[in-house]
Amino acid sequence: MIRDITIGQYYPADSILHRLDPRVKFIGTLIFLVSLFVSNKWEGYLLATAFLGAMILISKVPFGFMVKGLKPIFMILLITVAFNLFLTPGTILVQFWIFKITDAGCLQAGKMAIRLIYLIIGSSVMTLTTTPNQLTDGLEKLMRPLTRIKVPVHEIAMMMSIALRFIPILMEETDKIMKAQIARGADFESGNLIKKAKALIPLLVPLFISAFRRANDLAMAMEARCYHGGEGRTQMKPLKYASRDLAAYGIMLLYLAGSIVIRILGR
Amino acid sequence: MGIIKASKLVFEYLKYNDEGKVEETSRAIDRVDLDVEAGQFIAVLGHNGSGKSTLAKHINGLLIPTEGTVWVDHMSTENEEELWRIRQKAGMVFQNPDNQIIGTVVEEDVGFGPENMGVPTEDIWRRVDESLRAVGMTAYRHHSPNKLSGGQKQRVAIAGVVAMRPKCIVLDEPTAMLDPNGRKEVLQAVRELNKKEGVTVILITHYMEEVIFADRVIVMDRGSIVMQGTPREIFSQVDTLKSYRLDVPQVTLLAHELRTSGLQIPEGILTIDELVNAICQLS
Amino acid sequence: MSIKLEHVTYTYSPGTVYEMHALEDVNLEIRDGQFVGIIGHTGSGKSTLIQHFNGLMKPTGGLVLYNGENIWGENYPLKALRSHVGLVFQYPEHQLFEESVLEDVCFGPKNQGLSPDEAKERAKEALAQVGLGEEFYSSSPFELSGGQKRRAAIAGVLAMNPDVLVLDEPTAGLDPRGRDEILDQIAELHSVRGITIILVSHSMEDIAKYVERIIVMNKGKVAFDDAPKEVFSHYRELEGMGLAAPQITYIMHALKEKGIPVDETATTVEEARVSILKALGK
Repeated sequence: MIRDITIGQYYPADSILHRLDPRVKFIGTLIFLVSLFVSNKWEGYLLATAFLGAMILISKVPFGFMVKGLKPIFMILLITVAFNLFLTPGTILVQFWIFKITDAGCLQAGKMAIRLIYLIIGSSVMTLTTTPNQLTDGLEKLMRPLTRIKVPVHEIAMMMSIALRFIPILMEETDKIMKAQIARGADFESGNLIKKAKALIPLLVPLFISAFRRANDLAMAMEARCYHGGEGRTQMKPLKYASRDLAAYGIMLLYLAGSIVIRILGR
Repeated sequence: MGIIKASKLVFEYLKYNDEGKVEETSRAIDRVDLDVEAGQFIAVLGHNGSGKSTLAKHINGLLIPTEGTVWVDHMSTENEEELWRIRQKAGMVFQNPDNQIIGTVVEEDVGFGPENMGVPTEDIWRRVDESLRAVGMTAYRHHSPNKLSGGQKQRVAIAGVVAMRPKCIVLDEPTAMLDPNGRKEVLQAVRELNKKEGVTVILITHYMEEVIFADRVIVMDRGSIVMQGTPREIFSQVDTLKSYRLDVPQVTLLAHELRTSGLQIPEGILTIDELVNAICQLS
Repeated sequence: MSIKLEHVTYTYSPGTVYEMHALEDVNLEIRDGQFVGIIGHTGSGKSTLIQHFNGLMKPTGGLVLYNGENIWGENYPLKALRSHVGLVFQYPEHQLFEESVLEDVCFGPKNQGLSPDEAKERAKEALAQVGLGEEFYSSSPFELSGGQKRRAAIAGVLAMNPDVLVLDEPTAGLDPRGRDEILDQIAELHSVRGITIILVSHSMEDIAKYVERIIVMNKGKVAFDDAPKEVFSHYRELEGMGLAAPQITYIMHALKEKGIPVDETATTVEEARVSILKALGK
């Protein structure tokens, strides 16, 4: 289940999207999300589909990879669709027991489904083409102005990238401890909720201890390699806008303008 | 004065009771004197808890002496203004390869040290290239560290230190968590750094096979240096080593046993060839 | 009593691009009372193999039999199997979680359904067997030294009274004395209590000193399964698998090549000493 989440996973390939500045991709994703909520007409969705389709093609990431990201949110998707389908007032199309399906409901459910699916796929395009490090670098640079109001931007970005590095390690460790306790007769599956929660103690205590030990080791290793905060630090891969990044900004603005125009004209 | 020097070094751990008062002090390092010449390969042996890791952490200022002084390239580690220069001069590699790699991509991790030192960008790239080449990990530069073997991870960690262009590298049991092949890889990389780049190496270990290449072996027990000499001198004292909870390589042990059984075999045999030749001369 | 594997295959992510055969057609039987060593380089499938012995992993093909019964058959009590076949993972001290050593060791017996008093009795016995005396009962497991932690963790499995004890590199990261102490205690469990021992190790010297049979894993298959002398006589092939024979084997072969009539199958220091003295006529 956890392995199915594609958000935060990087797919190595050589494409224009991979080479774009992470800031462009981050802002681009935001613009795409805004456009999804700006659109309320089929023409708008058509434009969004065309844009997303083009991005997926350019990214050289297999389509199957993107779709895999939808699996974990399948339940949320189903519930959202059901709510919209049954609870939107309008002309009744079908009715059974207390459930009424209306024309407006169908429309609304369709829109919500498209928005959610595009939202996930849209953000997957960003995370699949950007390494976690580039992403945190990009965020750090974008949030730089916040340092003026004393937000520890560099520290937040460093924390994020360390977390990204240690998630797989801790997941593996969880698996190992769980197996070791099962070998000692532990039972993580049967019993009621309270019993299940109690059964987690032999898993969680060692896991926390290990996480703290790792944190301690890592802090020491970072200090030994002269880490002393963001001050006076240079970067191996500093972010610099190239002409392709500016072109990408232009395309995105055109796209956003397009979806706004469609909304206004469609009225 | 050598590149690393310690004089009457004492380090005490304080143990606090529930009320926050000092309950007991335990001496992890007890009056240690040390002088390491630039370019040497020093091995430090000792059982777990003998104080060898504590000593290592003094060499790059992660711990500050309770008494006595440690100098790194003529800078005292007590001088806080020099702290970052000291850490750059004396790099450190730790035991657990997972807990010292910061980057999510190999080359970015190697660049971490130079970034912290404020090295200009193009220079960082040059250093990363050189360091990865020095440990033979260039082919893996775009990989995620999580997908590497233990030996490869540890070589990345060494490259991360080499990129800081240190004069001395302290390795604190770098092979304890590795399999035999990983151990060989790491040792090979360390020996090459010492020979080709002339980096001073202080290798802390309890694998006896790893110290036979050292210029000098130091044996620690209860916070003190109890033996010092060339590998041959150290390994000729099998019984003394055993009393410090240590071992000798099988070939040395067999030579020792044969000698005790009355054969004319010299003490301190280190390699299979030496032993085979010694036995052949007898027959 | 025995553990028997018949044509066991284990495939990770079958049918996908990540498909990987961790075990391929493994056949072996481990009889009661044996002291078996398993060697193989990292990724050879030995960790996957030992997790099949107590039903932590289910083979994707083939059968695992304990005392002749298919452990994946319907209604087979897997939980009971896990108290017959105790498995000590690498760095077992990472699973300690209770406030005191004694309570931690009680965890296994309690899961078996024993009363608190019975569990304590078992725990005390197990702690005595690994050389941890009464003075450690109430200490926090996190305050022990590395070697003591390791032994407390092994006691945690031992307290379940297993008939078979599987240990995955029980000496990793310990210093030479700590290593010898643990191995000697394991050997004692075998000789005194008659427990079947399956020892996974990277140290050929340790394996040669203790076990009566070696299973060599390579690329998910059993490459050799024989007495140590036989297995180490294939030292050239072992090297091809990223392994090696004990140093002694190399010494003896080198001496033989130089025309000294030693027994080249000697694998321990003592055997080598006796053989060399004899060959030199002393």
